[in-house]
Amino acid sequence: MKQVRTVLFFPPESVEEPVTYHLISDHGLRVNILRARIDPGKQGRMVVDLEGDDSQLAAGLNYLERIGVEVKPLTTEIRHMEETCTACTACIPHCPTGALSVDRDDSWAVAFEPEKCILCLSCMEVCIYGAMVLGEE
Amino acid sequence: MTGKQRKFKVTKTIQGINDRIRSGDVVVVNAEEMIDIVKNEGAAEAARRIDVVTTGTFAPMCSSGAFINFGHGKPTIKASRVWLNNVPAYGGVAAVDCYLGATEPCEDDPLNKVWPGEFNYGGGHVIQDLLAGKKIHLRAEGYGTSCYPSRSLEKEVTLKGLPMATLCNPRNGYQNYNCAVNLSKKTIYTYMGTLKPGAANANYCSAGQLSPLFNDPLYRTIGLGTRIFLGGGQGFVTWHGTQHNPKAKRTEKGVPVSPAGTLWVMGDLKQMSPKWLMGVSIRGYGCSLAVGLGVPIPVLNEEIAAFTGISDEDLFTQVVDYSSDYPNGTGKTLGQVSYAQLKSGSIQLGKKTVPTVPLSSMVRAREIAEMLKQWIVKGRFFLGEPQAPLPG
Repeated sequence: MKQVRTVLFFPPESVEEPVTYHLISDHGLRVNILRARIDPGKQGRMVVDLEGDDSQLAAGLNYLERIGVEVKPLTTEIRHMEETCTACTACIPHCPTGALSVDRDDSWAVAFEPEKCILCLSCMEVCIYGAMVLGEE
Repeated sequence: MTGKQRKFKVTKTIQGINDRIRSGDVVVVNAEEMIDIVKNEGAAEAARRIDVVTTGTFAPMCSSGAFINFGHGKPTIKASRVWLNNVPAYGGVAAVDCYLGATEPCEDDPLNKVWPGEFNYGGGHVIQDLLAGKKIHLRAEGYGTSCYPSRSLEKEVTLKGLPMATLCNPRNGYQNYNCAVNLSKKTIYTYMGTLKPGAANANYCSAGQLSPLFNDPLYRTIGLGTRIFLGGGQGFVTWHGTQHNPKAKRTEKGVPVSPAGTLWVMGDLKQMSPKWLMGVSIRGYGCSLAVGLGVPIPVLNEEIAAFTGISDEDLFTQVVDYSSDYPNGTGKTLGQVSYAQLKSGSIQLGKKTVPTVPLSSMVRAREIAEMLKQWIVKGRFFLGEPQAPLPG
């Protein structure tokens, strides 16, 4: 079994397609929705964990491509703006998964590992500099 | 300057050190490098060899702001009410002078009406936008006089086009600050950040061993006229800061164990940079300005060398409950911890291990101390001769 955390971008014509249903029932994937937003008539986006074996994942991703859903990495959903981050580290105790961490022994730099992020957005709420940004550039 | 008339093995003067800056012979280290030098070579040898120790700190510092003169139009105006990007500035200074405070939110901000407020834009953000070269919308109202007949003024201003802009921070560089926790059962939103219930996190705010006033604890060298790194430019200590409290309890090494001395600092805003003066939005609390500040300490004798050799193990502060004791002013503390403990990432509070974070950026504090060192070594920064000491 393999797990992929990814962002799905829906073009306006496929927002009414029951994509999650097809991923589960047709392709046998385990789908965990972390965050979803669909603006009527506009592009929608959904952050999901997809879990399955290699052939299930390949078939699922193939299905998504066929109906025009773009599959992008998580960094398109939330980004750590390194230029704006001063490494004040206020976010560290609020991050429940350790996606944000600090090297206290040496540089005191803050690192962001998007693959550990569950998009709870706690960091955005406590960052006083606006260094965690939601959405694409 | 104010020290007891002791006989020192090493005695230097600021003038002498400035001569060495001029000749390129000056030896400068930062406050972290000085720790091992004093430990290994002793204070007297360190004083002989090292001329200047640089310090640095970068953190939100309320009690910051800027005096701005925006120049007269035609006809002239006595601008008694002024807004910059809709952030009110104090206009009761003179016709076209105003003071923009860092913590002033923009006028239509919902504040804490929807709890906790976001405070997206305020005086600190205007200062950062000015430094970034952005156009700022200035609006002013006057009541009309014979000499200043205009009743209103609207124009776009830029930092470059302003006749004068002076950063003037009545209280910066706090010598020590509380470590904040929340003992209540719900999350609280403070100027020390978001504090989770049940003391689930502890926020402190000092660069510790790099912090300016921790390296000159008895104000032997820092005084009125000390030249400093301020917001990326060169500024001055112009007075002791508001709430300056030299009487705070101290350790045998002279360092206070609770908030003590403060600095009033000023500098030409036009020299500064948006990297070193950043507007901040503190959830549920308000707006402010993060300020980059660095003070050079001239190593005039072995006593000052010993002071600058201080390390986090010898620096302490108090843990304070911001859900009750702080707002009620009880003065109660939950215990004393060292900066070495705080910087390790957790402290013990009773039986509980509490994660700690500095709101003060260690990365930026080091960068400031290093920049200041380079300025001095390259002969671009000379030490200011204090004209009067800070109250001690």
